[in-house]
Amino acid sequence: MSDCRRQWNREDELPVYLAGPITTGPNQRKTYGMFSSVEGAFESKTIDFENYAVGRKGSRTPRSGSRERLLDTGDPISKTPSEARESSLNGSPGERDEARSRAELSSTVRAPRNLTQPYGGGFISERLLIKGGRVVNDDQSFYADVYIEDGLIKQVGENLVVPGGVKVIEANGRMVIPGGIDVNTCLMKSYLGTQPVDDFFQGTKAALAGGTTMIIDHVAPQPGDSLLEAFERWQEAADKKACCDYSLHVDIPQWNENVKDELELLVQDKGINSFQVYMAYKDVYQMTDSELYEAFSFLKLLGAVVLVHAENGDLIAQEQRKILGMGITGPEGHPLSRPEEVEAEAVFRAITLGNRVNCPVYITKVMSKSAADTITQARRKGSVVFGEPITASLATDGSHYWSKNWAKAAAYVTSPPLSPDQTTPDHLHTLLACGDLQVVGSSHCAYSTSQKAIGKDDFTLIPEGINGVEERMGFVWDKAVAMGKMDENQFVAVTSTNAAKIFNLYPRKGRIAVGSDADIVIWDPDSVKTITAKLQQSAAEYNIFEGLESRGGPVLVLSQGQVVYEEGKLHAQQGTGRFIPRKPFPDYAYQRVKFRNQVKHKQGVTRGIYDGPVYDVAPIPKYITPSPSAKTSPTSHQPPPIRNLHQSNFSLSGAQIDDNIPRRSGHRIVAPPGGRSNITSLG
Amino acid sequence: DHFGDRLIIKGGKIVNDDQSFYADIYVEDGTIKQIGENLIVPSGVKTVDAYGQLVIPGGIDANTNLYSPQKGLNPADDFYQGTRAALSGGTTTIMDHVLVEPGTSLLTAFDQWKDAAEQRACCDFSLHVDITRWHEGLYEELETLIKDKGVNSFLFFMAYKDKYQSSDSQLYEAFSVLRDLGAIAQVHAENGDIIDEEQKKLLCLGITGPEGHVISHSEEVETEAVYRAITIAKQSNCPLYVTKVMSKSAADVIAKARKKGMVVYGEPITAGLATDGSHYWSKDWAIAAAFVTSPPLNPDPSTPQYLTSLLACGDLQVTSSAQASFSTAQKAVGKDNFTLIPEGTNGIEERMSVVWDRAVATGMMDENEFVAVTSTNAAKLFSMYPRKGRIAVGSDADIVIWNPKETRIISANTHNLNLEVNIFEGLEFRGVASVVISGGRVLLEDGKLNVTEGSGRFIPRKAFPDIVYKRIKARSKMAEAHGVPRGNYDGPVHDVISMTKSVPPTPTTRGPPCPKTLTGPRNLHQSGFTLAGAQIDDHIPRRSAQRIVAPPGGRSNITSLS
Repeated sequence: MSDCRRQWNREDELPVYLAGPITTGPNQRKTYGMFSSVEGAFESKTIDFENYAVGRKGSRTPRSGSRERLLDTGDPISKTPSEARESSLNGSPGERDEARSRAELSSTVRAPRNLTQPYGGGFISERLLIKGGRVVNDDQSFYADVYIEDGLIKQVGENLVVPGGVKVIEANGRMVIPGGIDVNTCLMKSYLGTQPVDDFFQGTKAALAGGTTMIIDHVAPQPGDSLLEAFERWQEAADKKACCDYSLHVDIPQWNENVKDELELLVQDKGINSFQVYMAYKDVYQMTDSELYEAFSFLKLLGAVVLVHAENGDLIAQEQRKILGMGITGPEGHPLSRPEEVEAEAVFRAITLGNRVNCPVYITKVMSKSAADTITQARRKGSVVFGEPITASLATDGSHYWSKNWAKAAAYVTSPPLSPDQTTPDHLHTLLACGDLQVVGSSHCAYSTSQKAIGKDDFTLIPEGINGVEERMGFVWDKAVAMGKMDENQFVAVTSTNAAKIFNLYPRKGRIAVGSDADIVIWDPDSVKTITAKLQQSAAEYNIFEGLESRGGPVLVLSQGQVVYEEGKLHAQQGTGRFIPRKPFPDYAYQRVKFRNQVKHKQGVTRGIYDGPVYDVAPIPKYITPSPSAKTSPTSHQPPPIRNLHQSNFSLSGAQIDDNIPRRSGHRIVAPPGGRSNITSLG
Repeated sequence: DHFGDRLIIKGGKIVNDDQSFYADIYVEDGTIKQIGENLIVPSGVKTVDAYGQLVIPGGIDANTNLYSPQKGLNPADDFYQGTRAALSGGTTTIMDHVLVEPGTSLLTAFDQWKDAAEQRACCDFSLHVDITRWHEGLYEELETLIKDKGVNSFLFFMAYKDKYQSSDSQLYEAFSVLRDLGAIAQVHAENGDIIDEEQKKLLCLGITGPEGHVISHSEEVETEAVYRAITIAKQSNCPLYVTKVMSKSAADVIAKARKKGMVVYGEPITAGLATDGSHYWSKDWAIAAAFVTSPPLNPDPSTPQYLTSLLACGDLQVTSSAQASFSTAQKAVGKDNFTLIPEGTNGIEERMSVVWDRAVATGMMDENEFVAVTSTNAAKLFSMYPRKGRIAVGSDADIVIWNPKETRIISANTHNLNLEVNIFEGLEFRGVASVVISGGRVLLEDGKLNVTEGSGRFIPRKAFPDIVYKRIKARSKMAEAHGVPRGNYDGPVHDVISMTKSVPPTPTTRGPPCPKTLTGPRNLHQSGFTLAGAQIDDHIPRRSAQRIVAPPGGRSNITSLS
């Protein structure tokens, strides 16, 4: 990992807390792709704990930073980044020395602050031993005990030597898997000023109850808002409320120059490496293809992963108008106005843009067979594209939009909509099992029925969002593993490891290995539960999976080494979740891109200079009418196109004094230095 | 005496798109009067000998640009030169594109084209109209063109950003209108946004030669636009005709869409079937520039064969030439910047020979299919059938006697165009038109071309061509969506308070480029009228929140959530 990082100049500028826990050690891991084993993962179990502890402390920095901001609003951000930069500048040649110096620096600075955090000491002393379980990673499964201390996995193996007084958890041969990572939640995405009923507290509680120990939430600023401020708002709220670790994607509501600076700051200093752009929501979030191209190019330079909400907003707007015109106002208008083709088309276009820019593309919410097939085909051709089906598209279908019960129908409203084709979930599971789709999200965004009812007379006003954060892992197990489509390792891959790799959390998250975070789930493949809104953690009155049975579920969930869920009981503590910063240029997404950059170097043909006759172009008045795409686009900050370098906007009206002299380009090189070339021999 | 000679064509094998048979043809007044053996004809009739040769319907070239200027430059070959070359190659009808500059009248441009062609063209012609800026104000002109002027096909550009490019919304609206009027939507399918960005990038890299053209117009960019155009056509239930299919993947997208039942047609062109894009890297600037067209010829050398095979199996339907000739001096306007090179290749003359040589002579296609892709399909799609595209009693006497054994070598020295460069230079093609009869008159015989300027007639075309619109009509009936009849939702409604700033929750209110569309029926509760600041009734909740708390007829049980 680190040897690749080294190729990037930016590495030197990385703040302390962006340096991962593993990269500084002598036994570095290398990733060899999704399905291959990780070399050396289980060999040397003796680890320089100190070294990791350092990384740990360092990585807690941003959160302490934001706490500090809460208390002390006088000097908001300046401390963390400047400190970080200073320390990385001080870095000495030896990596370990550097790490130590960082440790000293940060521990001296942080020490007093840590004392003020009541929970800080609480979990650090927690020592746990999970005995007799079968550890399941994405590459292999094996029987081993897992010893946990300070919220980290310290040892994995048989017959471990552990200190006395350790709490022992008997796994009794059950599966011990890395905690799930839900890469798509919207716990704070407001709609017309109303907040989802599941905030960071409710939402992460539900996540933990389902075996998910980390979420990546979408920061959703409105057009015109500052991304940075929105990010800080989200981080602040999550720091106060989240019960599990979290990270953040930032949605880019519009594209302009200001956004660029903020993006750079977010990537370099704030630990964000993924940004969402929209191809739908015309006149609100939608970007034109030109803007997408620019955004992709820019995000690629930063080393971020581009998330795309792929639907053709133009077509949707037209269809919505048509359908409202026909008098259809109920939730069935939602899928009618967003047919499958509209999703597949946008996916195709997003991939084309990604290929042209040579930038990794991540399609959020793959809801239909044709969209998934489009991704599959592109991957066959070598595109770096990832697809994320969500709980809802894997477990249910869009037939419910036609329910007679308005509240029920409205509960399913999300974009892209669930496909009315009932074979969709099965198809998506198949692609997930064979690796054509990589990550399972939930897109959890819960609105109450009364909030949904804002659109009771107009389906376009129904706030979009469904539940699924709690049911996510269960349904993947039930519909894919229990059906024999997928094995347990692939299950771990799609629910946790792949996400960790794509978003650069690996191996801290998404793996049970020495040095990784102790986010661990003991999974019971045989437990059966019936989903109902009455028993769910989410605050929504309606559960779209109501009445469905789901096999497989967590027995025990550890987050940061603490038992937060055991036998149906949650012990989650509000505010214990930490912000997990993520570095740019995740290997998993960017290695191929980097190589292609080198290969793809374009070269012109070296020719003699064309010296034949050149037709005289009458200076036509230049065409300045704005294009329709520019007109509808929310931004007007596009740089002027560079084309037509010969002509300037400067023109003189009427006859000019030199009208009789032909334009210069016409005969500039009649007798070029070095003699005439034979360019114009046409035979 | 506009009407042609009296002719009898003897001894040939008549080849239509459905069958071949031996018969003689008697032609009078420019139409086919009799077909059969041992015809009884008046005396003094000229006899055309077709023994051992094929008698086929004259070719229809569905895509030419003989009059549309680019960057102020007029094509080097106009209606006269162009149709003359067409006739010499066996094409007796051309369909030219009327390029309407943005903001000008469709009808004016149409009349201008028609006048020019009537004065100059030597063969029959029809016209497509290219719409470069769609707005709803064009509806009336469209209606006139379709109902009174005999135009049933309109081209839209997805490329040429900030010039001709249409947005997806515009395409959807235009397609919907065309469907209602019974016309065919044609698209120039390339993603103009991406091309524009790539062009900028390449110019910055210092790549200014014609190779920059093909690099910036990559295959994917074409494929993407074809896919999108098909999606839009599907949504608006409008038949779609993709002009200039130049790459394998674009052709595949069309083939797949057809397999799914889409009403979509694809048109490969002479250049795409006969040569490839490797010439863009030619050291000779003039040669490289001669190949510049959009979408560009594909650098993949297996493309021509692939397109030919799709043409043979019916996945692509029509071959045209996309003829647009610009002299080397005209092309040299872009000698320092490839984006300024006027786009266009020749092919109007070579079209039929190329198809014969590449498809029939190689055994991919039979002679009937050859007639279909060079003539009949175009006639059917564009409502000229059976007047054109078939040898039958009552059809126009546009007849070609085709000699499959003869070959010819293409050269700029011998072709009938003004162009100095022929992109097929040196290639040898089997299959040559030995006699060409247009409007009942023999125009090519014994290698001599004898055309009359201005003898071409305008062929008006009716709306709702059957081959295209039968399915569309049936689907329009099927596709009506129905709402679900529900009781009124009578549960609590969340109060939306902060309506001051974030007014557009509805995605369309602000933007569609045509002002008329703002009056869509959506969101009837809200008006654009707002008051700033605190209002006297701020404390009263919005009305919609409590309207149906006690609806007439009693409460329904809508909100039982279990």
